[in-house]
Amino acid sequence: MTRDYIRERQQRTGWLLVTPALLLLLLVYAFPILRAFWLSFFTENLSTSLEPVFSGLDNYGRMAQDGRFWQSMRNTAVFTVFTLIFELLLGLIIALSLDQAFRGRGWVRTIAILPWALPTALIALAWRWIFNTEFGVWNDLLLRLQIISNPVNWLGTPDWAMVAVIGADVWKTTSFVAILLLAGLQSISQDLYEAHAIDGASPWQSFRQITLPLIAPQIVIAMLFRFAQAFGIFDLIQVMTGGGPGGATEMVSIYIYAAVMRYLDFGYGAALVTVTFLVLIAVVGITWLYLSRLRAKTE
Amino acid sequence: MSKLELQNLTKAYSRDIVPVKKLSLAVEDNEFLTLVGPSGCGKSTILRLIAGLDQPTEGRVIIGDRDVSPLPPGDRNIAMVFQSYALYPHMTVRDNIASGLKMRNLPAGDIQKRVQEASGVLGLDPLLDRKPAKLSGGQRQRVALARALVRNPDVFLLDEPLSNLDALLREQVRADLKQIFADQKSPIVYVTHDQTEAMTLSTKVAVLSNGHLQQLGHPNEIYKTPANRFVASFIGSPQMNLIPLSRVGNDVALGDFRVPLPSGSTAKSVILGIRPEHLRLPREGDACTVSGDVFLVENLGMSDLVSLRVQGDPSLTLRALLPADATWSKENLRLALPPELIHWFDGDTEQRLNA
Repeated sequence: MTRDYIRERQQRTGWLLVTPALLLLLLVYAFPILRAFWLSFFTENLSTSLEPVFSGLDNYGRMAQDGRFWQSMRNTAVFTVFTLIFELLLGLIIALSLDQAFRGRGWVRTIAILPWALPTALIALAWRWIFNTEFGVWNDLLLRLQIISNPVNWLGTPDWAMVAVIGADVWKTTSFVAILLLAGLQSISQDLYEAHAIDGASPWQSFRQITLPLIAPQIVIAMLFRFAQAFGIFDLIQVMTGGGPGGATEMVSIYIYAAVMRYLDFGYGAALVTVTFLVLIAVVGITWLYLSRLRAKTE
Repeated sequence: MSKLELQNLTKAYSRDIVPVKKLSLAVEDNEFLTLVGPSGCGKSTILRLIAGLDQPTEGRVIIGDRDVSPLPPGDRNIAMVFQSYALYPHMTVRDNIASGLKMRNLPAGDIQKRVQEASGVLGLDPLLDRKPAKLSGGQRQRVALARALVRNPDVFLLDEPLSNLDALLREQVRADLKQIFADQKSPIVYVTHDQTEAMTLSTKVAVLSNGHLQQLGHPNEIYKTPANRFVASFIGSPQMNLIPLSRVGNDVALGDFRVPLPSGSTAKSVILGIRPEHLRLPREGDACTVSGDVFLVENLGMSDLVSLRVQGDPSLTLRALLPADATWSKENLRLALPPELIHWFDGDTEQRLNA
């Protein structure tokens, strides 16, 4: 076989071009991850005068016994599952509406993406005021409608606080899901719906047999994005409730932040980061596998 | 027995956009009707009205003795082949073909039998478990046909089904289509802008322009006696020579030459039409001839398409199809116009004058 000089040259150029990016990625991703993993085998806190002392798997053993860690994991799971479900459902409804032809659709589409484009910290601050016991709009509204007779301390009640942060996150990121799904809807040819109607399908059957299967890839991608972001949610919680009341809305990221920045427990914090990271990678990996199988099926 | 009848069908999107204007026609069993016309003549809209994908502004669609105008597409028992084929990309060929049957809750055994039958006719057996993305254009086209055939519908609708195929394949599929539909009893409505498809496939052709029906008839009738100037120019390739002329007594002047008008005609100005394939080199006894200088020769293989300027009026040009093996001079070429093959149209109304 003769040597393929063109291909060889292209490959050389290719490697040359990606090398800087790869180096940068190694520096900002691989290094911190490996460093945290390494640090998780050491105890480095106030009791060791912030000196790293090798302690094997002690940090992981401590984590297994740490009720606050499990509580934060549970909170994160609840937050993630509920935000995902609501964002997907509402996002799909909004996307289906925006896919219809109506006057001023361009404007509505632009406005729909706004909540997602606003900075989270500001939105969180706004929601904190909305749910404020004395001055909040929410209490005012419910009082006027006579749904409640006395102001409720929403963010100061464990279950309501969770509902409030979930609500705020759904409000902010549903539009992101909607735009992703809308892109999927728009890639479906109108002919398919017409052919299906001639085949005798009702709109509901068309939705289930044409729309859903054909936007499945967009649904999975939206869920993947939203899972990764919800699982690591920090800013919204930090500003709205700070993890309170009494740890009712404390997510893993908030707990890690506290362990490292407040208790200066670097070794333990590193172990928390490692476990969280592995959970995240596992879920994303499984989804990725599912997605590539789905792709193989549709092609 | 399922006859398709359109009564006074009109579709208006606004006051000025009226793609279908008061169309009435009927297609019987065993009839193959082709709607043909240039882009924007309303032919696809007619098909969509029959299918129930668009609501007519006025008029009725009747299938058998049932007025289906108020019914949704799924209740009309029609099958349609789309120009894009509209195959469901996430389903296998088998599921694509079976979709309409499953929706109608046929027993699984029946479905399987009918899918086997249709896929056998169209040679799709080895492809049944593939997805549309893994098929060639011609194969997709056949799946779309199978999906229609398997339904056993009261009416077949086909919307430019060959336009996405390359020229060679198109000719082959056209021949296949003719054979497949020869066995079908239900009326067929076929939309195309390609007059060759219209001529070869149909038992009946409807020529449309600007939302109006120009002529309805057997392909031979359309070709031999076009009802007006539009039909004459649209049907036939190469295009008919159409020359507006003024009357001189009972003749018209074609450059230095006189051509007699059909008897009994009173029109002041007329259009003379003659097909390039009907112009020929003169023989003994030809009364009506013209001559002129050849300025263009296009070789079509089996014949030459010759363009000449008529002597006495260089603005008048004629195109003639001459046998490739014939010999003729480039200068002062003489051609015969057989009077029985000349089409006369009124210069004002553009309607046909001779029978």
